[in-house]
Amino acid sequence: MSDTETTRRSDRIHLRVIADARPTGRSYWKSLEELARDPAVEEMLRREFPEQASVFDDPVGRRQFLTLMGASLALAGLTACTRQPEEKIVPYVKPPEDAVPGRPLFFATAVLDGGYAKGVLVESHLGRPTKIEGNPDHPASLGATDARAQAAVLELYDPDRAQTLTHLGEIRPWGSFLASMKSALDAQRPLQGGGIRFLTETVTSPTLAGQLQAFLAEFPAARWHQWEPAGRDAVRAGARLAFGQPVETRYRLDAADVVLCLDADFVSEGPANVRYIRDFTSRRKLEGDPRAMSRLYTVECTPTLAGALADHRLPVRPSEVEEVARAVAAGVGAGAEAGFPAGAGSPRAAWVAAVVKDLLAHPGSAVVIPGEYQSPAVHALAHAINARLGGVGKTVFYAPPVEASPVDQLASLKELAADMDRGAVSLLVVLGGNPVFTAPADLDFAARMDKVAMRVHLGLHADETAERCHWQIPQAHGLEAWSDARAFDGTVTLIQPLIAPLYPSAKSAHEVMAAFSARPEQTGYDIVRDHWRKEGLGPDFEKGWRRALHDGVVAGPPPAPAAPAVASGEWTRSSARPAGTGLEVAFRPDPTIHDGRYANNGWLQELPKPLTKLTWDNAALMGPETARGLGISIERDSLGSLTDVVEIRLGGRSVRAPAWIVPGHPEDSLTLHFGYGRTRAGRVGTGAGFNAYALRTSAEPWWAAGAEARRTGERHRIACTQDHWSMEGRPVVRSASLEEYERDPAFAHEAAEEPAADLTLYPPVKYEGHAWGMSIDLNSCVGCNACMVACVSENNIPVVGKDQTGRGREMHWIRVDRYYSGDPAKPETLETHHQPLTCMQCENAPCEVVCPVAATVHSDEGLNDMVYNRCVGTRYCSNNCPYKVRRFNFYLYQDWDTPTFKLMRNPEVTVRSRGVMEKCTYCVQRINRARIDARNEGRPIRDGEIKTACQQACPAEAIVFGDVNDRESRVARLKAQPRSYGLLAELNTRPRTTYLASVRNPNPEVSRG
Amino acid sequence: MSQIFHRSTNTLSKLSIFGALFLALGALWVTLEVNRSGYVTQEGVAREQPVPFSHQHHVGGLGIDCRYCHTSVETSATAGLPPTKTCMNCHSQIWNNSPTLEPVRASFRNDTSIEWTKVNDLPDFVYFNHSAHVNQGVGCTTCHGRVDQMPLMAQAASLQMEWCLECHRHPEHYVRPRAAVFQVAYEPPLDQLALGTRLVKEYGIHTRTSCSTCHR
Repeated sequence: MSDTETTRRSDRIHLRVIADARPTGRSYWKSLEELARDPAVEEMLRREFPEQASVFDDPVGRRQFLTLMGASLALAGLTACTRQPEEKIVPYVKPPEDAVPGRPLFFATAVLDGGYAKGVLVESHLGRPTKIEGNPDHPASLGATDARAQAAVLELYDPDRAQTLTHLGEIRPWGSFLASMKSALDAQRPLQGGGIRFLTETVTSPTLAGQLQAFLAEFPAARWHQWEPAGRDAVRAGARLAFGQPVETRYRLDAADVVLCLDADFVSEGPANVRYIRDFTSRRKLEGDPRAMSRLYTVECTPTLAGALADHRLPVRPSEVEEVARAVAAGVGAGAEAGFPAGAGSPRAAWVAAVVKDLLAHPGSAVVIPGEYQSPAVHALAHAINARLGGVGKTVFYAPPVEASPVDQLASLKELAADMDRGAVSLLVVLGGNPVFTAPADLDFAARMDKVAMRVHLGLHADETAERCHWQIPQAHGLEAWSDARAFDGTVTLIQPLIAPLYPSAKSAHEVMAAFSARPEQTGYDIVRDHWRKEGLGPDFEKGWRRALHDGVVAGPPPAPAAPAVASGEWTRSSARPAGTGLEVAFRPDPTIHDGRYANNGWLQELPKPLTKLTWDNAALMGPETARGLGISIERDSLGSLTDVVEIRLGGRSVRAPAWIVPGHPEDSLTLHFGYGRTRAGRVGTGAGFNAYALRTSAEPWWAAGAEARRTGERHRIACTQDHWSMEGRPVVRSASLEEYERDPAFAHEAAEEPAADLTLYPPVKYEGHAWGMSIDLNSCVGCNACMVACVSENNIPVVGKDQTGRGREMHWIRVDRYYSGDPAKPETLETHHQPLTCMQCENAPCEVVCPVAATVHSDEGLNDMVYNRCVGTRYCSNNCPYKVRRFNFYLYQDWDTPTFKLMRNPEVTVRSRGVMEKCTYCVQRINRARIDARNEGRPIRDGEIKTACQQACPAEAIVFGDVNDRESRVARLKAQPRSYGLLAELNTRPRTTYLASVRNPNPEVSRG
Repeated sequence: MSQIFHRSTNTLSKLSIFGALFLALGALWVTLEVNRSGYVTQEGVAREQPVPFSHQHHVGGLGIDCRYCHTSVETSATAGLPPTKTCMNCHSQIWNNSPTLEPVRASFRNDTSIEWTKVNDLPDFVYFNHSAHVNQGVGCTTCHGRVDQMPLMAQAASLQMEWCLECHRHPEHYVRPRAAVFQVAYEPPLDQLALGTRLVKEYGIHTRTSCSTCHR
């Protein structure tokens, strides 16, 4: 079929489907260019693997081509004649307890996020940690994880980690460091440690805090500072403002009927995000009474995942959030002054009035969440509103702070910088973190740190801070060392190592702190155990210790809930900063690499950022009008996207950043994600993106006004997965309002017809026994991407790099597509939908009939099997796949040589080579394991026993896998829901994965433009 | 003009065209047979090992059960190769001065593993599970041959896919009672087909031939 013919046909289908899609009255678009019907984009969308599918840009002539092909065929044939190389088996000398080759063990521990624990179970294959799962017994996890926790495995095996203890770049033994510290301490003893400073990140570890406090007791003039670049200063300050004490606030979103987020992204940020996703989505499942569905309003100054989830989203500029918060507080009568200079008639005032009415209509079941990066006043206002709405004790809970020392970290860092500047510091010990890179630009931290006589850095990488320190101590990774930490609700987890440090000189923070104690050679294990022996773990310490290690949580009574009273104060009066001229800039941690610490993590670098779908880069995000004003143009070609570089000036500082247009971004403001622009991250992260820290000051850490931007004329290449794998306007995502759903629960079926089951030329296949299937709830999916990294980790999926990603050759077996509906010119009308997409395991699989070597065939349980050892790489299957979920190894993407990566891989899954097609298998290794285990035990496979990697990671429980032949199984019951529809089922592919259509719960009183 | 070629050339050319076909088919047959031969599959080739461990002596002579050493065969994908500790259970008492066993003692002394050469080596894209087979009445010797008669271990079958599929398609030809799985001297009865058919039904054996059964 010629190109034009294909085009015409697809246009016909397109038109028909759009016509069919009319009843729900929505059309979805993936990018602004697609909406504007940019011919270049349309051309690209028609192509399979953009460009290279039709262009063979190799100047080799026909004869030479035939010669080469002949020779390579002959050589390929010859290599097939070799015998298998001899392999060795290396058994244990004395086997450790419970280690059975071929059966992984799981150990409970925790990974740290911003210092807070998230409980995990780590899969270990004969001592090699290979995969992270959530710990169902841990309150911050409930069995799920986020993308960053999944990527901790790669962080452990990162070959660029610091491997040796160095002093001024020369390798030294640990004893030499201890001697050096001893003499430094002896010199400081008469001064009571007046010249000693410790700088840590947020510390929740009781043991580490105990060590630091013991040190400070011995050296009272020494100081302990904390700095977390994406820290929670505002949370602490807001609580102080409202209650006079730094209490910790927790929300029960499963008990909330109405939620208002004041620039709070509870999906991506904070120590409880995984838990909050679970709680929130539990009210959006539509399994019982549809009226039980909660409603979410968000006010936000940059598009976030919480905003994408919202029923009503109000984009405002950073300077206006406080104003809106104040208006809501005044509206509910929380004792604050209203501050709408625009007056009562404005649409925004109407929006706020409707929200206020809704909040007041739900006393005791409404909750207002202030953003972690908002001002303390917004937090105080939210506390006052929550108190007024009667949510305290029902949807909002207060507890004593979890952090060991809840200080104002920015003030703490400023104090340290000032002390260093005046030469008062003679020994600085940086325990983790990278302050030279992350400190606010105006502190001039690097230059001031150079004034310290002795500088020590403990870090996973020899990073920007290590470069300026005398001693660089390689840090033992969280999966290599003993420690402990507390979760958002105070639950303690003992962190146990899964493997001895890969690099023998690696030390944990506890072991480094021991160097400043009377017992410098103490091991991390002894330090943590000693602490808990003193603290007590029940009547029998050994028993309590083993139980805590096994469970991953330390049993104990929960901290007594506090019920502090809101004190009136300055914050009740309007103090909104006058909106200056020029652009406003919001600073946020990067959605994937966070504050820069994961910059060298290829899984996270290649993970498309949830809303922008950018990879390997950060950008100055802006709304379409602002971009038009700046003259930004974005071109797409076969190598990716080309965008304009803008120079952003703010307070005498400037950075050059690629511009990126984000629908729904408030106009006249920019969002800059910090974390990129690393200079010493490693082979993956160095040189990627621009450094937004260069504009971030201690006075305005989260937003600043008065920025100027101008187009430089320079162009920058961006690898964005946004327009790849477009769905050509078919009814891919289907959604309705709650009202429409109640009127017609089967609304999703009206978008497209589903052909009868017998409409096929092939003989019908009956699936006896199991028939595996999946149901994905679009109403629950929050777009957090945890499933993608879980899949990468489980299935040994390679990282391909920016260049290849730009060409559309990323290898992810599951992707999360993002669709918009609404008018980009009216951002408050925008609705965002996420759609996780894996291989649909079609029963009438179009890929199978075109494979010339039968490398992809159907299994008796309905899986669309992919046989790598048969695949010859024709890519016909991919061309014929309507979902574009097949991935081809254009090059040898796997790193076969780096020794640490060999440890990392899942031994249950083949490591694919060049020239092979691959795709989602429904985690067939897990199916086989469960099947064999069940057979060995003489029982049927239980429903829920098999969890695919994506399902297990999903905090929203949006993905459910199981046997569709079993009518009682959860997946079968979900598929029986009227919302359930098959994606592109009109093509008669009979997909085994189906979707539950999205239902939003808009407030009829809110005008949507 | 006289003929350039003699009349007999006609016959010769016909013969050679006909012969070429046979030659090509013959070459194909030879290739396939070589590919199936022990030269390629290593079937029947005894491998050299760091210690000349004799299954003939330990299994045939002493009657040690397979599971004494291959401990995980009933529960895991791999049967498990014994740790040095297992050897030393006996050999710290008997033959404890034998020079042949010095590598074993050295391993135990120095805490360094003995590196055995893999005998039954499947390609890396094949995921075989021992427990799934031994629990369904597939005897050890069905695949591994009479190990009690092997002084040095050799692969007893080709381990090629057609060999696997033979049993997966006709399990009734091979299964034995679960109680006999570890009996090395087990001989299938004359009415194996009747017994096998009964056992397949009794054990609920559903052999699968889908690709993802073994490849993933």
